[in-house]
Amino acid sequence: MNKNNLDYLDQLEAEAIHILREVAGQFEKPALLFSGGKDSITLVRLAEKAFRPGKFPFPLVHIDTGHNFDETISYRDEMIDRIGEKLIVGYVQESIDGGKVIEQKGKNASRNTLQTVTLLDTISKYGFDACIGGARRDEEKARAKERIFSVRDEFGQWDPKRQRPELWNIYNGKIHKGENVRVFPISNWTELDVWNYIKRENITLPSIYFAHERDCITRNGQLMAASPFLNMDEEDVVFRKKVRFRTVGDMTCTAAVESDAVLLDDIISEISLSKISERGARMDDKVSEAAMEDRKKGGYF
Amino acid sequence: MNILKFFTAGSVDDGKSTLIGRMLYDTDSILADQLEALQNSNRKNDDGTVDLAILTDGLRAEREQGITIDVAYKYFQTAKRKFIIADTPGHIQYTRNMVTGASTADLAIILIDARNGVVEQTIRHSYLASLLGIKHLIVCINKMDMVDYSETVFNAIIQKYKALAHQLNLDEITYIPVSALKGDNVVQKSERMFWYQGESLLTYLESVEISAETSVAYARFPVQWVIRPQTDDLHDYRGYAGKVASGTFRLNDEVTVLPSGQKTTITKIEQFDKHPAEAIAGQSVTIHLKDNIDISRGDVVVNSSNLPYECQVIEADLCWMDARPLDLSITYLLQHNSKLTRCKIQEIVYNVDINTLEKHSVHDFKLNDIGRVRLKTAETLPFDLYDDNRANGAGILIDSRTNLTVGALMFRMALDY
Repeated sequence: MNKNNLDYLDQLEAEAIHILREVAGQFEKPALLFSGGKDSITLVRLAEKAFRPGKFPFPLVHIDTGHNFDETISYRDEMIDRIGEKLIVGYVQESIDGGKVIEQKGKNASRNTLQTVTLLDTISKYGFDACIGGARRDEEKARAKERIFSVRDEFGQWDPKRQRPELWNIYNGKIHKGENVRVFPISNWTELDVWNYIKRENITLPSIYFAHERDCITRNGQLMAASPFLNMDEEDVVFRKKVRFRTVGDMTCTAAVESDAVLLDDIISEISLSKISERGARMDDKVSEAAMEDRKKGGYF
Repeated sequence: MNILKFFTAGSVDDGKSTLIGRMLYDTDSILADQLEALQNSNRKNDDGTVDLAILTDGLRAEREQGITIDVAYKYFQTAKRKFIIADTPGHIQYTRNMVTGASTADLAIILIDARNGVVEQTIRHSYLASLLGIKHLIVCINKMDMVDYSETVFNAIIQKYKALAHQLNLDEITYIPVSALKGDNVVQKSERMFWYQGESLLTYLESVEISAETSVAYARFPVQWVIRPQTDDLHDYRGYAGKVASGTFRLNDEVTVLPSGQKTTITKIEQFDKHPAEAIAGQSVTIHLKDNIDISRGDVVVNSSNLPYECQVIEADLCWMDARPLDLSITYLLQHNSKLTRCKIQEIVYNVDINTLEKHSVHDFKLNDIGRVRLKTAETLPFDLYDDNRANGAGILIDSRTNLTVGALMFRMALDY
């Protein structure tokens, strides 16, 4: 027996590519959920490595809350042009206009939870049987227990107590009609792994990941980007701060962190030292100790 | 830097979650907001310190009941290595979860309560480690603080364990006396156990050598996907995409494609924009072959000098994972790497009482049962024996009525070879 000397990023990359190819081999109509965040951007790079010089055997799907950072959307469109793959967009605004969901009111209103409905509608409209997502197990304790192939019933629900055992690297993608599988190829990556990989692969990211000056307000102890999408009133004091975003989601639920990190190396050393975990900057997880578990049961990403 | 995957077996009472919590805590792997959530929790130790076990309990029901139900994966790293922990429940009703956690592990930690020594569940956990072919075993004798850090107690437990290890053919074993609660010998070496000459648990985990099967003889490449762009400029491009399960493939190697048995040569190995001269176990690559032969997903490319078994009647160890018992009258699906074929369990050879290791002949096979079966597949299966080559020696059983994964199979003997 010889020594296996694959570096950890090579190991993680090879595992993710293996999972993407299993999706291609096992499903009729897969899709890759693309949010414009660094994790789904990493997935796109992994898909290039898995399938080039062929085309991706799936389209990219973006669930658009309408409350986007402009930088995310322009990044998305430029990327699609570059890779020459198909993009499908599901609009939360359409779900609102169609009366399927009701816009939240009040100061903490966000479309974050509404997008679950748009996601499920988009899945059923196109008949997707597998949706690839960029969730990682180190993000949150409910995610730490989720399988790489995670079956959702016809209501999009995750049942943590009825998960299929997942053995070796053999993934069971068999489902009944109407069900779908959420697939998480970077389950075993940490936040730092993703950044180190982005650096190694020289992947371009939306500029909001890097430190920049921005108008901010404070909400529930967190720095938020001032925007028309936040229900602001006279109590909200707008101030200018040098910030960056550690995760990129809807503008109403993604908090900024104060930062001077303008280079990838700065970010990597910032994260290595950081004492706030990544989802600590997500308002949506602060609702209760089981917030993520509850949303996943309801069909969330 | 590489990754070490390990699994921990033990029940809540052995302090398993506390041990993992301690490792995360003492390596500064708990971030501020997680620590804050921890301190706000109502669960505290008797002396008022935070209960580190909470860190590994993920699901609401687990927090409510104070137990681990499912496999939780935890990640941490030191300057020397990255670690993935599969934290699995230790009670007998969660045997299938332990088997799941152990299936991907390089190393197992068996926890023994120093006050109780080798007990029924020690036998069970050690048996599962042996069944799943885990090469490295650490026996952590925990709660040393409760036995006055006694060397005599530690040595007596080792003596008892050695007999069990012999029976299970477990050879590479390291014994470490720890107190997860107080932190002795987990990350830091304990001054309270000056008599212990070995390393702390973490130091051992950082330095243990893990080797994958990369010898050329066991070169196995299950084809997952065929890349055929069929564009004008890539009209003749035909690449076979997959992950090298085991062994090493090199340019110009003579290989055999199974099940067809056709021989050909590797003309190119691609890794996206790179063209390496070899691909080793664990790498996802695309290979090109000299001859234009019909290959599709589920086929496997192997080194011609050492073929796997190819047969339909196999003896295997089976761990049953479903609430519905095994049904000898129905056809299951068997998934072996990228190959899916139909399969029947022809006979239950025996069932193992995993608390006593006694074998019994039985007629039924229920949730969490483990034993030997004889199965027959609809198509020939190219496999190695699990003990020879874990990466090509296992499969899962799927019930096509429910689509659930109902069994884990480790191939032990080829019968119609």
